Amino acid sequence: MILKGRVWKFGDNVNTDEIIAGKRLLTLDFNEIAKYAFEAIDPEFTKKVKPGDIIIAGDNFGCGSSREQAPIVIKKLGVSAVIANYFARIFFRNAINIGLPLIEAPGAYQIINEGDIIEVNLTEGVIKNFTTNKEIRFKKIPKFLTEILAEGGVINYLRKNGEFKI
Amino acid sequence: MSLTLAEKILSSKTGSRVEAGDIIVTSVDLIMAHDGTAPIAINQLKELGLNVFDPSKIILVLDHATPSPKETVSNLHKMIREFAWKNNIKLYDVGCGVCHQILVENHVNPLTVVLGADSHTCTHGALGAFATGMGSTDIAVAMGYGQTWLKVPHTYKIKIDGKLPPHVYSKDLILTIIKKITASGATYMSMEFQGSTLKHLTMEDRFTIANMAIEAGGKTGLFPVDETTIKYLANTGRSTNIRLEPDPDAYYQKELELDATQLQPVVAAPDQVDNVHPVSELEGQEVNQVFIGTCTNGRLSDLQTAARILKGNKVNSRVRLIIQPSSAKIYLQALKTGLIETFIEAGATVNPPGCGPCIGRHLGILADGEICLSTQNRNFKGRMGNPNSKIYLSNPEIAALAAVKGYITNPTK
Ligand code: SF4
Repeated sequence: MILKGRVWKFGDNVNTDEIIAGKRLLTLDFNEIAKYAFEAIDPEFTKKVKPGDIIIAGDNFGCGSSREQAPIVIKKLGVSAVIANYFARIFFRNAINIGLPLIEAPGAYQIINEGDIIEVNLTEGVIKNFTTNKEIRFKKIPKFLTEILAEGGVINYLRKNGEFKI
Repeated sequence: MSLTLAEKILSSKTGSRVEAGDIIVTSVDLIMAHDGTAPIAINQLKELGLNVFDPSKIILVLDHATPSPKETVSNLHKMIREFAWKNNIKLYDVGCGVCHQILVENHVNPLTVVLGADSHTCTHGALGAFATGMGSTDIAVAMGYGQTWLKVPHTYKIKIDGKLPPHVYSKDLILTIIKKITASGATYMSMEFQGSTLKHLTMEDRFTIANMAIEAGGKTGLFPVDETTIKYLANTGRSTNIRLEPDPDAYYQKELELDATQLQPVVAAPDQVDNVHPVSELEGQEVNQVFIGTCTNGRLSDLQTAARILKGNKVNSRVRLIIQPSSAKIYLQALKTGLIETFIEAGATVNPPGCGPCIGRHLGILADGEICLSTQNRNFKGRMGNPNSKIYLSNPEIAALAAVKGYITNPTK
């Protein structure tokens, strides 16, 4: 799996209330909810982000609540992957379950700036920054989770396999 | 090798010895979702093409926006009710209380695996259950298969010795721990509480502590099963002879030791839970609203603490005090013991049991520029419904005192 896109940069400890506020969760219309993604950090973000873009953040991205709407709105905006030093664990599971690729790449934050064009190779575990010509390797996620991602999420994975194959 | 509490519970569940780092598939004993997370889970279960594997292991709670503030919410509530009725699933409808309080009061047992579609499911670890929060899709999978996959977590041992000084509560203890290890210090880890302080901690104290394990990134917050646990379970109709302790030489990836006698009352300042300061440093900070409630600090002892301060006093004319018992059971006890009368006489508003202002859906949303002091577990920007407001976190005594004075006040003076 290779993803290429333009980068949006966030800081440390971006929490689920910042990704999508609790008060926005009163409906299952995810396209409607997605309009309010990241509003507490940058009210203009949803207007600026384009399908295929990649988010990069520092430590502990997605901390806070278990709301699955957090990765759902990111996916709805067309963001192709989120890179961080590391993720909060419920967010991590939720994202994989709905087929949003997450990359834990400590150090990537230092070599990637907002607006850079990067390529993420999930299979090889490499991020290439075309803007600066720098490259960084990351630890690939366990094979079992890559399989879930490859199916587009855990529902498809289970419909195909009938059980968890660990 | 000797085992931590998390390893012991998961070994006993899977019937084979498991250790930190293992990825396992385990059966699940209890599955919970609430009105914020159940609708997606119900839809995902449909997508999976499965029925619920065992309705007796599933609990649904309407607590996050209850009674409904809006027709879209009413429709989601209706969807959950109809799903529960159709599948013979136990439903706690509006007014019963916050999901975690309902579960610890009635359903959770030691040595079990509990999954909740809510991050504060770690609360139940106080009863010696491996309880952890997941998202709606994971919960849908558990509802359909009766199983989940998980990584057996490494453990952060938190050893606390000595007795808490006056005016220092379990909330101060856990806030101090989070300050020390930071908001991500226990990410992916089980937090295991040990030490001589435990015998002084009531079950309610332990729930407050385990509740906030997630605020340090923890997967669960585990307490041993001792006399206090056994008594609590027996009093709520769950007699058991299970005892649970970690092995003496279990491996801990990280350790923290605390002297409880040295602790002081603290307050978390906006916008991070680990932004913790001694109350003395924040003294004088004016507040517009005080909120006492939630799955962290809305239990009977919390209400008693607040009532001690409020008895014979009036809420400051520039402050709104909102009190919300965590469950109908607690509400009734507070009513019968005169606490509610004290609150009303002092000028407080009592909300029906549920989450209310904690998550900013209704019943106490802040205006632009306003400050709230809350007994809840999170002070993220916008948490209480308005990103242009600020939230401080404290124990119920400091909260009640601020409601009377109009500003944060040091209770030890
Ligand atoms: S009281 Fe607050 S933290 Fe607890 S379950 Fe409800 S919304 Fe979540």
